[in-house]
Amino acid sequence: MQASVSLLCIPLPPQFTTRSNSNLRLCGLRKEAFGFCSVSQFQNRGSHWTSVVSRKSRWGRQLVFSASATVADNGSVHPTTFDYDLVIIGAGVGGHGAALHAVEKGLKTAIIEGDVMGGTCVNRGCVPSKALLAVSGRMRELQDEHHMKALGLQIAAAAYDRQAVADHANNLASKIRGNLTNSLKALGVDILTGFGTIVGPQKVKYGKVGLSDNVVTAKDIIIATGSVPFVPKGIEVDGKTVITSDHALKLEFVPDWIAIVGSGYIGLEFSDVYTALGSEVTFIEALDQLMPGFDPEIGKLAQRVLINPRKIDYHTGVFASKITPAKDGKPVIIELIDAKTREPKDTVEVDAALIATGRAPFTKGLGLENINVETQRGFVPVDERMRVIDAVGNLVPHLYCIGDANGKLMLAHAASAQGISVVEQLTGKDHVLNHLSIPAACFTHPEISMVGLTEPQAREKAEREGFEISIAKTSFKANTKALAENEGEGLAKLIYRPDNGEILGVHIFGMHAADLIHEASNAIALGTRVQDIKFAVHAHPTLSEVLDELYKLAKVNPHATKQLCEPVAL
Amino acid sequence: MASLSFSSSVSSSTPFLRPSAFFLKPRSISRLPLVRAKIREIFMPALSSTMTEGKIVSWVKSEGDVLSKGEPVVVVESDKADMDVETFYDGILAAIVVNDGETAPVGAPIGLLAETEDEIAEAKAKAAAQSSSAPSATATKVEESAPVATKVEAPAPAVAAAAPATPGKVVATPYAKKLAKQHKVDINKLVGTGPFGRITPEDVEKAAGITPAPKANVIAPVAPAASAATSTASPAKAATSFPEIPGSNVVPFTTMQAAVSKNMVESLSVPTFRVGYPISTDALDALYEKVKPKGVTMTALLAKAAAMALVQHPVVNATCKDGKSFTYNSSINIAVAVAINGGLITPVLQDADKLDLYLLSQKWKELVEKARAKQLQPQEYNSGTFTLSNLGMFGVDRFDAILPPGQGAIMAVGASKPTVVADKDGFFSVKNKMLVNVTADHRIIYGADLAAFLQTFSKIIENPESLTM
Repeated sequence: MQASVSLLCIPLPPQFTTRSNSNLRLCGLRKEAFGFCSVSQFQNRGSHWTSVVSRKSRWGRQLVFSASATVADNGSVHPTTFDYDLVIIGAGVGGHGAALHAVEKGLKTAIIEGDVMGGTCVNRGCVPSKALLAVSGRMRELQDEHHMKALGLQIAAAAYDRQAVADHANNLASKIRGNLTNSLKALGVDILTGFGTIVGPQKVKYGKVGLSDNVVTAKDIIIATGSVPFVPKGIEVDGKTVITSDHALKLEFVPDWIAIVGSGYIGLEFSDVYTALGSEVTFIEALDQLMPGFDPEIGKLAQRVLINPRKIDYHTGVFASKITPAKDGKPVIIELIDAKTREPKDTVEVDAALIATGRAPFTKGLGLENINVETQRGFVPVDERMRVIDAVGNLVPHLYCIGDANGKLMLAHAASAQGISVVEQLTGKDHVLNHLSIPAACFTHPEISMVGLTEPQAREKAEREGFEISIAKTSFKANTKALAENEGEGLAKLIYRPDNGEILGVHIFGMHAADLIHEASNAIALGTRVQDIKFAVHAHPTLSEVLDELYKLAKVNPHATKQLCEPVAL
Repeated sequence: MASLSFSSSVSSSTPFLRPSAFFLKPRSISRLPLVRAKIREIFMPALSSTMTEGKIVSWVKSEGDVLSKGEPVVVVESDKADMDVETFYDGILAAIVVNDGETAPVGAPIGLLAETEDEIAEAKAKAAAQSSSAPSATATKVEESAPVATKVEAPAPAVAAAAPATPGKVVATPYAKKLAKQHKVDINKLVGTGPFGRITPEDVEKAAGITPAPKANVIAPVAPAASAATSTASPAKAATSFPEIPGSNVVPFTTMQAAVSKNMVESLSVPTFRVGYPISTDALDALYEKVKPKGVTMTALLAKAAAMALVQHPVVNATCKDGKSFTYNSSINIAVAVAINGGLITPVLQDADKLDLYLLSQKWKELVEKARAKQLQPQEYNSGTFTLSNLGMFGVDRFDAILPPGQGAIMAVGASKPTVVADKDGFFSVKNKMLVNVTADHRIIYGADLAAFLQTFSKIIENPESLTM
């Protein structure tokens, strides 16, 4: 799911605010009770809990500032005029990745989070959706009598308990959130609670609604505030029958018939979940084809496997101009207009509608106006090094933006990679992230994954730059392991330059495609050429031989130059 | 996916000269002589030299779609890959004869291409004629649609989607539309019974005359109250429900067990009656002791005796097939029930009256070995005209057998036991006696017939010398 970092300003219920407030006080008191004499003792024991406490108390009570600074086990020791070397606004996957790397590089780091730790990915995106997809994958397998029979298995009717499925997703999110929080605490990253706002160069204020704000200074600031589900106008989300992915992941009910607006990753994954749980699905897609953004050949096969045989129909080339939630004894009513002519086209009556039209950056309230930065459709403009660009086109010093908030590539792991890239730059090593080496995956059954260019993109580039491209393809039907699993449905495709062996793109549709793509993405990231990687050995029989087959099928000009180019990303 | 083209034939067109991938067959349309051949058949192409039949993965186009030359129309699965098949002609896809997921031999028509809209109706009529002439194809289709979650493939949304948004709009769920298309049900003529009057898959199945498959996957075993408002209670599908006994273990029938179950239920439609007869076996036992070293079994002795009795009472060897007539079987084939690996099978001793005891015994040995190895050929277990079931070896003294469908009578043989008998002179003696009990179809076999048969049978058993002749 294309979700990455977190949002900051969901108002918290009052009781929550009060409780954490009292916690804060308690921490402060304890710190005083320990006194200075015990500091070294705790330091020796390496108790991170203590160091975190001291930090919290520092912000609560300024007077202990100097004492706790010596306790710090993540900070730089040289004197500085800043409170921190690095402050990250947003504790999603992007902020987390950046913070871990910053600590590794010896930066004194704090992370500001106004909502739950972990951001969208952990709480309302990739993580809980994988739990639901794990259930749907098994349901699908158990229901496929033909498949079971072919394996010699006899299964009586499979059924599920909705609440238990929902609990599984929720428990997974809590667990991952706990892991993420603990990993930050363990390294001594300060977790500052509240909404972060940039008040001036190298200065951030944070605090909760109704409480006094705190201001910290930092040598560098990373914005990693992420995104929220995008809801087009005319659509009324009631959270019950007209929902976004945020609600759908709670799986509060499984409708008999649900319309999914948008057939990208999110829509496709939810169609997999809902149809496995017995719903019928109607896709509503604005473009003329389902699954835009995928390589067309992969999209076509995916449609043949993931859409056509399932209880799914679709309307393409239409916008949902108005969606009214179910009320007064009426179903959910969706009005469709032609995407080109804007003429009313049809209405659809369903039990529920899921809005999966993409995600909008969450950048309001960041105080960007204080430093003369204007967002573009909500996105923070950045250069290739994630440095924020202001309204007149100049770089804003010491300010970076990563993840969904900059909109370069709205994927959790892309945000994390961008964060690491920024930290590399901060610690004196220039680094430009090669976005073409970042893989993407859609966790349907079977999965879809890709890295680099699609075939039309590669052809366009080839024409523009005057080189040839070649395509190698192989079917999962030719793979022993896939056949053993009785999962021969699948295709892998390699787009490469026959003149020098450069890998331009790899697309996989088939069993465990999401796990298979990394061999190709690593090759692209490291600049490995097809003629070199084809000598790498793959264990037999494994699905990874699908890629092996691709490399071996590729025909590279034998006179290709030895060194392709500098590895793009290091 | 490679793509290649099929050709469709024009009845009056010139013969084709194209690579093997396509197929063209001149076809006379004597049935409709008035029409100038504007309807072309789309054939199952030969995608490889070894391909004899192909499976339709999916129709890319739906009925009524306008096709232009070179466009992919259908995806066919070959032994290596799925291939897009293109059309060489412009036209309208008038009818799909072989649906998604179905198989057709190479060269068989899989769809019809009309040149103009006027010919669509005619093409459809033709398609209907074709599918009705191939009842086996329809049967497979029905079968395939039964399981809920298996592959019921259909490409684009159904015809109803094209209907304009009017107040009287027909609302059908995605799966209902797919089913309607698959079973050629006109969705506009259905009355929806689902929520908000929508047409549900069950409505379509009802219209198509299919028993709705149970919706097993949606049943939430616990916490039914937790689900939200709109969830509709799924109607109870099972006819009877038995109280659940905790810890019970459900084991589905094997194929053999399923066949037995089916036959047993079918047997209930036949009016049967039973006649028992005590038979003295001292002579038979003596004979058995003599021939046993030569490999003769008791089963062979009994089968031979039954066969010899049947020769004299052909009506007991007859079958009532339609409830209106006797079918006298030309040969006497004795089926013998054998319990095998949790199943039941009836290997058949064919022409048991003609073979001698030794050959019969040898034959029986072979049949049992084959049955154990699951290598029996169909005629070796389904050609019986009379069945013998023997539980005597377990000490069972009498039992009642169920008449298998397609036969006139079955004989249940109990154990031979020493019994005190009084002869006509009033002398008591101890003789070995066994009880045989025959179940017969009273539509063709009456009490006297059966009694006479049993009398003959008992005479043969009591004077068994004839068995060895």
